Amino acid sequence: MTVRFVLDGAVVELDQVDPTGTLLNHLRYRMGRTGTKEGCAEGDCGACTVLLGELDAGGTAITWRAVNACILFLPMLDGKALMTVESLGSSDALNPLQACMAGNGASQCGFCTPGFVMSLYGRAIGARGSDLPAADAIAGNLCRCTGYGPILAAAQAVTTLPHDDTATIAALQAIALMPAQGGACGTRRWFAPRTREQLAEILDAHPDAQIVAGATDVGLWVTKGLREIATLVFLGGIADLATIAETTDGVTLGAMVRYADAHPALARLHPDLGELVRRIGGLQVRNSGTICGNIANGSPIGDGPPALIALGATLTLRSTGGRRTIALEDYFLDYGRQDRRAGEFVESVHVQAPGPDDLVHMSKLSRRFDSDISAVCGAFRLTLRDGVIADARIAFGGMAATPRRAAACEAAMIGQRFAEATIAQAAAALHSDFTPLDDVRGSAQYRRTAAANLLWRLYHQAQGTLVSVQHVEADFG
Amino acid sequence: MAEPSHPHDSAHLHVSGTARYGDDLPEPADMLHLAFGQGTQAHARIVGVDLAAVRAAPGVIAVFTAADIPGANDVSPVAGDDRLLAEDVVTYVGQPVFLVAATSQIAARRAARLGRIAYEPLPACLTVAEAQAAQSLLEPTQRMARGDADAALADAPQRLSGRFAMGGQDHFYLEGQIALALPGEDGQVHVISSTQHPSEVQHLIAHMLDRTSADITVEVRRMGGAFGGKETQAASFAAAAALVATRTGRAAKFRCDRDDDMVMTGKRHDFSVAYDVGFDDRGRVQALRLVLSARCGATFDLSAGINDRAMFHADNCYYLPAVEILSERLKTHTVSNTAFRGFGGPQGMLAIERVMDHIAGALGGDPLDVRIANLYGPGRDVTPYGMTVTDNIAPQIIDRLRHTSRYDARRAAIAVFNARNPVLKKGIALTPVKFGISFTTTHLNQAGALVHVYADGSIQINHGGTEMGQGLYIKVAQVVAQVFAVPVGQVRITATRTDKVPNTSATAASSGTDLNGMAAHHAAMAIRERLTAFAARTFGCADRDVHFTRDGVQAGAVVLSFADLCRKAYLGRIQLSATGFYATPDIEYDRAAHKGRPFYYFAYGAAVSEVVIDTLTGEHRVLAVDILHDVGRSLNPQIDRGQIEGAFVQGQGWLTTEELVFDDKGRLLTHSPATYKIPTASDRPVHFHIALWDGDNTQPTIHRSKAVGEPPFMLANAVFMALIQAVAATAPDKRNIAPLDAPATPEHILRAIAGHRGP
Repeated sequence: MTVRFVLDGAVVELDQVDPTGTLLNHLRYRMGRTGTKEGCAEGDCGACTVLLGELDAGGTAITWRAVNACILFLPMLDGKALMTVESLGSSDALNPLQACMAGNGASQCGFCTPGFVMSLYGRAIGARGSDLPAADAIAGNLCRCTGYGPILAAAQAVTTLPHDDTATIAALQAIALMPAQGGACGTRRWFAPRTREQLAEILDAHPDAQIVAGATDVGLWVTKGLREIATLVFLGGIADLATIAETTDGVTLGAMVRYADAHPALARLHPDLGELVRRIGGLQVRNSGTICGNIANGSPIGDGPPALIALGATLTLRSTGGRRTIALEDYFLDYGRQDRRAGEFVESVHVQAPGPDDLVHMSKLSRRFDSDISAVCGAFRLTLRDGVIADARIAFGGMAATPRRAAACEAAMIGQRFAEATIAQAAAALHSDFTPLDDVRGSAQYRRTAAANLLWRLYHQAQGTLVSVQHVEADFG
Repeated sequence: MAEPSHPHDSAHLHVSGTARYGDDLPEPADMLHLAFGQGTQAHARIVGVDLAAVRAAPGVIAVFTAADIPGANDVSPVAGDDRLLAEDVVTYVGQPVFLVAATSQIAARRAARLGRIAYEPLPACLTVAEAQAAQSLLEPTQRMARGDADAALADAPQRLSGRFAMGGQDHFYLEGQIALALPGEDGQVHVISSTQHPSEVQHLIAHMLDRTSADITVEVRRMGGAFGGKETQAASFAAAAALVATRTGRAAKFRCDRDDDMVMTGKRHDFSVAYDVGFDDRGRVQALRLVLSARCGATFDLSAGINDRAMFHADNCYYLPAVEILSERLKTHTVSNTAFRGFGGPQGMLAIERVMDHIAGALGGDPLDVRIANLYGPGRDVTPYGMTVTDNIAPQIIDRLRHTSRYDARRAAIAVFNARNPVLKKGIALTPVKFGISFTTTHLNQAGALVHVYADGSIQINHGGTEMGQGLYIKVAQVVAQVFAVPVGQVRITATRTDKVPNTSATAASSGTDLNGMAAHHAAMAIRERLTAFAARTFGCADRDVHFTRDGVQAGAVVLSFADLCRKAYLGRIQLSATGFYATPDIEYDRAAHKGRPFYYFAYGAAVSEVVIDTLTGEHRVLAVDILHDVGRSLNPQIDRGQIEGAFVQGQGWLTTEELVFDDKGRLLTHSPATYKIPTASDRPVHFHIALWDGDNTQPTIHRSKAVGEPPFMLANAVFMALIQAVAATAPDKRNIAPLDAPATPEHILRAIAGHRGP
């Protein structure tokens, strides 16, 4: 079958696509669009940033998103619009953003520059996440030369740019998605269902198929692991998996809801959750990766799950046999092992809103604030009544083979006064909950100490003490 | 200068994605893609190599081992000890053992993982401590000394000792290592290489192929970042491509995967430092014994020069009356460490800054007072290597920056903040930089240039320097444009090629503009002198009445455009092409004695950093940075400021977020940007103020400018020293230094807090 997408107003058709072929390689080595660069081929540097657009529900406007082309598989382009740095014009007809960057020293070696241009161009035309501060919008773009100052200055100087999507919208309307998609390339097969029912049937027939939502993890299996994946099922074409349902009870996120889409709703649940989501990957990763994918892949760290577990999230799995809903913490069985049965897919996650008596705190500790994976991620929901901890849900990532609740720590708190003595006991109890390991992100000792100290951070913060280095400024006297 | 802040010559290409890097050139038909099969042992004898599965893998065209190399199996810069492909032993994890050529990059990479290599393990030293215990040295420990340090230590009123460690650093150039080799006729090869040192790549390929240098042409238009990481490390990829191109007759491209690149290429040396210092009651050093122990890796690479530079910068701006600096160059079974912006200078300088803070910690005062008490000054102006510091402006720079940054008021405000806040603690530090400019290997201080003026008045320049983003090309173009008083846009800058300017030095040691700018100036002046004589002759005036101005060339009463003059000169059979050459004067160095004048001049600067740490988690932020830096008379302030800011943030990364982690088998665990964390935009301090010092170079460099590439990297020492102050604030009454190692990761900061507070 043919993958069709719109580039610069015209439809591009690809036959016989390799389902694990990346957009970056296609652009560079098939289309001669070498402005988009490979810096890492793992979604961490942003040199390959392009803009991907899709029609809104009404079909008359486009939502653009900055994404990493290096880990985007070609079938994921089907029915989408694409913009690369070449779409913006030639070197003698720079747009105001490009002109500003060129004029103020925003490029030195220039290799990362097209990626920054695309991130900031997206920001200036209202792409997803364009409400973020400039530094957040480019947190997924690494520059090793400039120190970022002139790039940030250009971002602040050029905040909006005129952009006409008329031709692209018309072209997109003309290539409305087919009822279902799929194909084969050599030994690799792929499916792109349009409904949950089709998905369930495909998984029933192909229980070993690899489900792909945003490919921010699976992409690396190919570009770094050089893994052969025989059968892939792409979720991107199932429109009603991308729905967000907000009620007073909480938020339900479908399997195709990307981090960036969920960000506002999760931030409304609690600002710490919003900050946690902001710090997951760069915007390009959040524009591709999904909350449910981060759960489904069972990462031992998975910066989302500890927070969701603490809030009391439930997970709904589905197959041709029906649905079942489980507590999120019960999904993670052991390292690399999850409670997902053959033929099942994660359909949605429901996150409970904190109640009025709930004290919520979430912390992620990493070497770098933005676009890093935590050494320790701690999330706390304490229900306080008259100064007593009536209930406690405490979950950690990075402390065990899976994201997990701290049962002993919770027990040490429940029924106790919210006071220093209780925190000291709970911190001590934490040591019996976890036996963390030394690894590349931190030593066991750091993890133990810092995890316990997060309880103290929670306590001090509740007392009104300044506890975050991110909320401090220099004092010039 | 005519156009002092002309943007980078390629800026309009960068922002439109049309600047071409090695991988952006159209690929020749039938081109092969390459990958190395890597060793998996830190130190082992190779007892069997089975490549049958590699050869049988889809897309594989050829597989090569060391036995297939016609000439020297050597890609080393100095010592002849870096193999292109391992022979009987491997000496670090990731070392290339065989080379795969296939029809696609992914086919080559997949096949490269199929080699079956049998090893017989040999004992391995992986860390500084292990190498010290085994006395595993690349060369004898070097000693730079003056006076009797031991006696002066014994006599000093106060004395203390300490030790600390600082980590290495991956270059993380955004463009990975890449080379494209095109086979030519009669054994010639044309190689496009992302290298800072095309001449060395040329020579190594010639030796490897058993050809002459004249058979090999190496070209580089631009690199996507380098920072020292493409000074020697580009050679193996270029040599591999050249080998395949000559053996198969097909074009061959080696585009190295990021993770493979991080595993296989050298990094900044990590150091352990031990010191014993004697000082008076106001903190003035009387004697210092300093031991700098560097992990060099498996081979020499540039480690001798790098460790020499660490010794040269262990004084920084401070006079050390009786001093003994010992430099241990430890051989380890890890990837050979290499050049990285500062070239050992940062490590030596951080060591002495730490000593200054330790003295201040012991005395209980402001470390800035100790620093100022120890500055070079009249009668105290000779370095440990015997060079007199004649251009010292560190005292003035510190004084001005102290004032403009409101250092004293802020330090007082921080004390108040720290008294009020139990969890968060702030720190502030002002540290200076004095960085020696010149290659310390004296013969490298030479450069050549080639300038063509065409009959239409357009100008083409070429020189031995390479462009890696630092703005060398635009600075040299400005120099040439100014000679002829033409707009810089009239000057076409061309790719660095070994067939245009031969025998070049690496673009390194911050020397690019000093050397190549002056060589290009000489070439342009030679042409201008010919044009002047021709104009005087043609228009009947004296040479001194010929003036090149922005409004044209004046020759007596006649004014004509530069293009018109060139046209007439061509018709008048005047040679409009010239070479230029420059060798830095007045420098000499006796390496055996570690005495002499290795540097033509010093570049200075100072920075103030304010930081905050979280005593519960070890997290930190850099809140504010103020910099005053000396670039002499700037050739291009925008370019220079870009170098200062970029270097600072890179130095900040070295000292904070960037941590290299090896496991106990010698495997690098931080081999990707997922685990190795260079600064992002939000790590740049919100308050970041840079000012340029307004003095000329005292030496007659090109337009009295100063080198700028490396010196500002060390301004980031202020971040680390501020973090030490913040950690110290967790137990403010302790008369000691906070035991913080670099990089100051959350884990290291938390450990330092525990160490400082004590049991």
